[in-house]
Amino acid sequence: MPEAPALRIQGLRHAYAGQPVLALDSLHLAPGEQCLLLGPSGSGKTTLLHAIAGLLRPTAGEIQVRGQDLAALGSAARDRFRGRHIGIVFQRLHLLPALTVLDNLRLAQRLGGRPADTTAALGLLDALGLAGLAARKPAALSTGQAQRVAIARALVQRPALLLADEPTSSLDDANAQRGLRLLRSQAQAAGAALLLVSHDARLRGQFDRELRLDGPA
Amino acid sequence: MTALHLALAQLRHTPLLTALNALLMALGTASIVFLLLAGDQFARAIARDAQGIDLVLGAKGSPLQLILSSVYHADIPTGNIPLAEARRWAEDRRVARAVPLSLGDSYRGFRIVGTTPDYAGLYAARLQQGEYWQAPLQAVVGAAVARETGLGLGDSFSGAHGLAGGAAHADHAPYRVVGLLAPSGTVLDRLILTSLESVWALHGAPAAALPGAAREDHHDHDHDHDEGRDHTHGGHPDSAAPGPRRQEQQDPAEREITALLLRYATPMAAISLPREVNAQSQLQAAAPAFELARLLQLVGLGLEGLRAFAAVLILSAGFAVFVALYGALEARQYDFALLRCLGATRGQLLRSLCLEGLLLTALGALLGTLLGYAAMAALGQWLAHSRGLLLDPWVWPPQQSWLLLGLLAVGLLASALPAWRAYRSDVARILAQE
Repeated sequence: MPEAPALRIQGLRHAYAGQPVLALDSLHLAPGEQCLLLGPSGSGKTTLLHAIAGLLRPTAGEIQVRGQDLAALGSAARDRFRGRHIGIVFQRLHLLPALTVLDNLRLAQRLGGRPADTTAALGLLDALGLAGLAARKPAALSTGQAQRVAIARALVQRPALLLADEPTSSLDDANAQRGLRLLRSQAQAAGAALLLVSHDARLRGQFDRELRLDGPA
Repeated sequence: MTALHLALAQLRHTPLLTALNALLMALGTASIVFLLLAGDQFARAIARDAQGIDLVLGAKGSPLQLILSSVYHADIPTGNIPLAEARRWAEDRRVARAVPLSLGDSYRGFRIVGTTPDYAGLYAARLQQGEYWQAPLQAVVGAAVARETGLGLGDSFSGAHGLAGGAAHADHAPYRVVGLLAPSGTVLDRLILTSLESVWALHGAPAAALPGAAREDHHDHDHDHDEGRDHTHGGHPDSAAPGPRRQEQQDPAEREITALLLRYATPMAAISLPREVNAQSQLQAAAPAFELARLLQLVGLGLEGLRAFAAVLILSAGFAVFVALYGALEARQYDFALLRCLGATRGQLLRSLCLEGLLLTALGALLGTLLGYAAMAALGQWLAHSRGLLLDPWVWPPQQSWLLLGLLAVGLLASALPAWRAYRSDVARILAQE
């Protein structure tokens, strides 16, 4: 039996107050596949990510993650499903300031429905070159460190799908490249499919799969 | 578990704010706890001293004064009554037990009470050493008296007029201590007991050579007493002293006592006896229970006011918790959004915020309860030391449990609106603003 695709989108449309903001006819991601979705501001990139994450209900269309139709889940079940199977990396929003780096990771594990596994969390931090920072509060991290912790946090519960929203836009070239490499290698190591949406032209040509998202006509 | 973990982490993250809010809550709680305990102790002490006394007979005057002077020994007597008259009521068949009291003198501020050993029996007090008096001028001293004056078995002392600063019966044969009472936590601890005859002998014998007025309200006459040492007892010039205990002779018919403590043989006596006494004799009958209820009603008003004040403190503490949580909502909305992205349900967010408010309140309540008990224990120490008043601060009045429940309700209420707003927040919209 073939494995269910990590992501399957069909005829997706969304509108805010009658104003169409997103149109995507079809998108499939196989398990572990990595895809870059480029689009200008206002093309509905963020809306698309929120819809895939189950944070908003699209006006029309179907979204399946690991074969699960998101619309079929209730609110709490959708939250739990997201925690378990979907990791998200944002441009700036990274970590909970009240928790240490390690506790941010352990919280993600617990909210993902898994027992807190300190060894796995520390291993992941180590792999991202953050071994010494486990006990720090996010306020004591540099932007680059915080982003790497965010990548670790998004992957620590081993999701099937990793969503990244403009993860490189606020970084300089060198850091953007390093961040991207880490994101891709870690997603691969965790066996997660990666969907990266960005308007950052520096990323063009680096992914095997590259799509353009145009705003609804 | 996760919600609790988050709430704790958040409280630890802002230690100063947490401490200040908890402290505010603690102050209100401590005030109420202290008032509850003090009120409870006060009521207990009052009930303890009035145990077994259904009715007090004494001279006409203020009934409250009669109770305060003859039950609590905290006021001057209303006057004296003829022993014969008192005896008539003591022998009434509706009376189960009657204890006569004859007041007047004191030793170093402790009252000397002429009575019968029955008086100690009222409080089920027992002798620690020695025995009860067999002859006049033998005395049994209470535990606090012994501790503070150093009086022991075989020691002698001379009484003085009034409660404090009275002239000493220096030229009179002194009392001798024949017994020591064990501490009973009642008014007995602060009394010196002797026989009625002792008081009569002191105040009636010509050798006393003193104005016989034994009323304690004669502080202004103390001086006269001093000068009047040479007066023969019969001719005291200060007629302003209507001292009813002016017994020139030892004529038993003219003997007087200050008050008679009665215990009813039947509850029905409460209906008829006081009325008969008040109507048919020169005496006044006052019921401790009734007079105390009247007194507590007056004192109670003050306590109520303090309690209301403490309640305002608690409410403002609850408001502070509310402001802390609500004010941080704006800043924390990204945290909530992130939590939702990590898989937290709305319910978990709601619980986490409510727990935050509850924990903050509980911390304050715990701290406040400890503070309240500590304050009460300190007061108890001080009272035991300075007043010989035995308090037991380690009690848990039933209102205390309600207070804690009420406090938690305040905490829950304070966090309800912030929690609801977090519950309702639209994650996608917050994230879109990022």
